[in-house]
Amino acid sequence: MTRRVTVRTQSISLRLDMRVLGLLGALGVATLLALTLSVGRGDFPIAPLEVLSTLTGAGDEATRFVVLELRLPRALTAVLTGIALGIAGAIFQDLARNPLVSPDIIGISAGASFAAVSLIVLGDTSGVISVPLAALGGAIAAGVALYLLAWRGGVQGYRLVLVGIGVAALLHAGIDYVFTRGQIFQVAEAYVWLVGSLNARGWEHVWPLAGALAVLLPLALALGRQLEVLQLGDDVARALGIGVERARLALLAVAVVLTGIAVSAAGPIAFVAFIAPHIARRICGTVSPSGVLPVAAATGALLVLSADLIGRLAFAPNGVPVGIVTAIIAAPYFLLLLRRANLLGATG
Amino acid sequence: MTEPLLQTAAVTLAYDERVVVHELDLVIPQGMVTAVVGANGCGKSTLLRALARLMRPRGGSVLLDGASIATLPSREIAKRLGILPQSPLAPDGLAVEDLVGRGRYPHQTLFRHWSAEDEAAVESALAATGTSELRARPLDELSGGQRQRAWIAMTLAQETEILLLDEPTTFLDLTHQIEVLDLLDDLVDAHGRTVVMVLHDLNQACRYADHIVAMRDGRIHAAGAPGDVVDAALVQDVFGLQARVIDDPVTGTPLCLPTGRRADATNRRRARSTGPDPRPSGAEADRQA
Repeated sequence: MTRRVTVRTQSISLRLDMRVLGLLGALGVATLLALTLSVGRGDFPIAPLEVLSTLTGAGDEATRFVVLELRLPRALTAVLTGIALGIAGAIFQDLARNPLVSPDIIGISAGASFAAVSLIVLGDTSGVISVPLAALGGAIAAGVALYLLAWRGGVQGYRLVLVGIGVAALLHAGIDYVFTRGQIFQVAEAYVWLVGSLNARGWEHVWPLAGALAVLLPLALALGRQLEVLQLGDDVARALGIGVERARLALLAVAVVLTGIAVSAAGPIAFVAFIAPHIARRICGTVSPSGVLPVAAATGALLVLSADLIGRLAFAPNGVPVGIVTAIIAAPYFLLLLRRANLLGATG
Repeated sequence: MTEPLLQTAAVTLAYDERVVVHELDLVIPQGMVTAVVGANGCGKSTLLRALARLMRPRGGSVLLDGASIATLPSREIAKRLGILPQSPLAPDGLAVEDLVGRGRYPHQTLFRHWSAEDEAAVESALAATGTSELRARPLDELSGGQRQRAWIAMTLAQETEILLLDEPTTFLDLTHQIEVLDLLDDLVDAHGRTVVMVLHDLNQACRYADHIVAMRDGRIHAAGAPGDVVDAALVQDVFGLQARVIDDPVTGTPLCLPTGRRADATNRRRARSTGPDPRPSGAEADRQA
């Protein structure tokens, strides 16, 4: 087909999907525009050109402070969080063989939330263990528990979903319990965190995210080739020479840590991990992870960044947390998806 | 003597405590079609899974060129031995061409995954199965026969000398059944591949197999050329079915005609109808139907 281009040299041979490359380009440009807009708009408006010149080193003291210390790290946190959530969601949905799965549903985000909320309400946030670190640890602990509980001579997709829903229910009950034990101001703080917010995110949030993604992103894309074969079922995957359980464990681990770093930076932003892979599959016209994973990442980035922008501007001056905006965006899409499924059910 | 390409040595297969195949010795003839037949639950699909190392034997081993497949690296086996399970899974919306391309996985590396050989193998697999013009179509929109041919193309693209298939004709209508079997026949003829398949239909097995393995209760009851092993006694022993076995007027291979009780019933009814018209009236017949 004409939409694919083959690249071959002595040591590499790749087939590139032009549509995927085009989409990545378009989403990248859109994200850069949203980034410029996001950095420029607010209580202290800065023209887009001035934003760009400030980024390249010009500008006065005040502008530099607003751009480089306040708005740019916040916007970058949004972008990186979106990338992590988009890829994690795509991996979870393929592993579970279920398009309705996301880290929110199978308890990974709940693990992060439980740990973070416990620390905010019951613990000492000024101690060695910070809230982001607690959230990351909670996500990983939930992932490990999920894997061990679902394991029965291997982890089947449906067990992952059922056990995951149980783990999530338990953790949500735990969060509710913690709330009943806390002081009202601590609970309020925990609640804001729980909605998913990018307020006051600085470089201390950007760097760990960027570092983790620098490792996890190539890893996820490389494992995408095994995910592609796993889509054909365990027997065929084994027949094609894949160590099925090892591949699944590696993919699960990558998706859990991606979720963990995203939630630890911005709280459990709702629906992004669920919806970004859906949009990616739709616009890619393929279900191959080699195309879906990168496009889901780019979609997630644009989604979180624009949701934060909308939350800041449309609800000025106080703004609403990004998690509420993503929920407002996602709800109609979810209904649309359901309607399509119903239509398909009715006709065939 | 050289080692046989694929054989089992006293292989015992079990699910938990239930032993399904007992110390079975089997040599698969190279460059031929072998059909494994037997009643439901006789262990034929389990045997096929073990041949493809989808299942670990409880005892004994499966040998590829004399080496136990348990000791060989998965990827090396995947280059030599392909299997198509009975009802494989694919995500909705997967295009035929992408499915077939995945058959190349064992030949690829991270940065080498569309070499000239990959492309040629996919093209010839599509051509051999007549699915070239379906390449861009999503698998879930195809007919059962087209889908099965696409899956066979995937295993062909793997370019293995041995091809294992678990009931490749089940769920297909008659035309597509013959189409698939003819295709497998061509593969053996044109490329010298070794095909092992589990078949439900004894007559199809007699027609298309060079070698028949008849299993009963996890053991080989008889094995050999269809003309040598398939007779009324075998059908009785293996399937518990009374049958006459005649020469297939098309191919000369054995053709099994189950006796059943139908002949008696026909005779009874014929005897009745020659009497003072005992047949029900048209309206009654409709009601009874």
